[in-house]
Amino acid sequence: MQGVRVLVGTRKGAFIIHADGNRRQWRIDGPLFGGWEIYHLAGSPADPQRLYASQASDWFGQVIQRSDDGGATWAAVGNDFSYQGEVGQHQWYDGSLRPWTFKRIWHLEPAADDPDTVYAGAEDAALFVSRDGGHSWCELPGLRQHGTGRDWMPGAGGMCLHTILLNPARPGRITVAISAAGSFRSDDHGETWKPINRGLHSEQLPEPGAEVGHCVHRLAAHPSQPDTLFMQKHWDVMRSDDGGDSWVEVSGNLPSDFGFPIAVHPHEPQTIYVVPIKSDSEHYPPEGKLRVYRSRSGGRDWEPLSHGLPQQHCYVNVLRDAMAVDQCDPGGIYFGTTGGQVYASNDGGDSWQTIAAHLPAVLSVEVQTLN
Amino acid sequence: MIDVILPAPLLRLSGAQNPVRLALQGPATQRALLAALEQRYPSLLGTMRDRHSGQRRAYVRFYACNQDISDQPPDAPLPPAVSAGHEPFIVLGALSGG
Repeated sequence: MQGVRVLVGTRKGAFIIHADGNRRQWRIDGPLFGGWEIYHLAGSPADPQRLYASQASDWFGQVIQRSDDGGATWAAVGNDFSYQGEVGQHQWYDGSLRPWTFKRIWHLEPAADDPDTVYAGAEDAALFVSRDGGHSWCELPGLRQHGTGRDWMPGAGGMCLHTILLNPARPGRITVAISAAGSFRSDDHGETWKPINRGLHSEQLPEPGAEVGHCVHRLAAHPSQPDTLFMQKHWDVMRSDDGGDSWVEVSGNLPSDFGFPIAVHPHEPQTIYVVPIKSDSEHYPPEGKLRVYRSRSGGRDWEPLSHGLPQQHCYVNVLRDAMAVDQCDPGGIYFGTTGGQVYASNDGGDSWQTIAAHLPAVLSVEVQTLN
Repeated sequence: MIDVILPAPLLRLSGAQNPVRLALQGPATQRALLAALEQRYPSLLGTMRDRHSGQRRAYVRFYACNQDISDQPPDAPLPPAVSAGHEPFIVLGALSGG
């Protein structure tokens, strides 16, 4: 194992943090794209030198950057994210209807087998795909137009499509999550979609078990068991063993079941991680103690992991795309905070080290394992 | 020749250097100037105005001759001093924090 490359997106630029396979000594490169919000960076599984970055600002809009040399050099590629067909309308906070308006790309998901194919999740919620390395983008409009779109509304962070899971065992199966609409699945490469929210319960909705409207914060799955999905919802940690057709709550003994990220151990499909946050209005850890919680049973039974993490006066948040795992042995877990810290564990979460302490607020963390 | 001054984020994005010197074909208008700028630096497409409607982005402003000309019609003539190359056309990000 030669090493890992940690891709960190922040409010004011991107950073790339390097280490060898021991993951004890770290080198930080950056900032890249200084001053711009970098919602997400992602590397291609088919070509680790191919990276994509979502660069945006309220002033100058959306830019997509691409690197073909592992982040040493970058070039802007296409940024035309046009909704296909009838633009349509969705719910606004006050109950009025607003037309879909593109704001930014939250998440990039490169395909497993082709470095030129990459999916992009947008605000206002839509799924785009590029098959030419990011030069051109095409919406998969069946998601937005399948029938419930008019009932979607923004979460506090905007109406964002933030999670894209490409099922490695079933070509054509794509699962996405949208705040605040819920989870949706396609089994035909994104042509047609259906909501998969049965079993979710959101007391913020007039009908708590509604088909759509749930504020799903993040989904995760292990590649070896892709029909087992884990969800961190606005409140509640959930699990599905049938690809999202039904969900059960597995919050168990967590001190709070509110949070944003959720991740699966790279080698143990039933070992999952969350970072509990006190409440929907208090976006910081309970008791001022930053603790990752690990379940080795796929939920319900959780243990706190705190060795190396601040255990007093800590009031940061960990955003939905800011937790990732590597493929090393033992498996590594990484997360970044709104306080600008990036933490890494090279032993499955038993202990943590600070690999960056003073970055801008961290929006996303991804990890590439380099052989 | 018309001189254009870009803000630092767009200089870094495009690789351009201030001032950007443009020779416009036809009438010197805001629309023609932005089109020429985007043609020379394609990475600027969509960063100053909507690439389809042409509408200026909300937090982008255009100044010239000590005037805010952001809301001038896109096909209105640019100020003569700008067209003659005596004063620059300035693109900048609005004061809005961050």
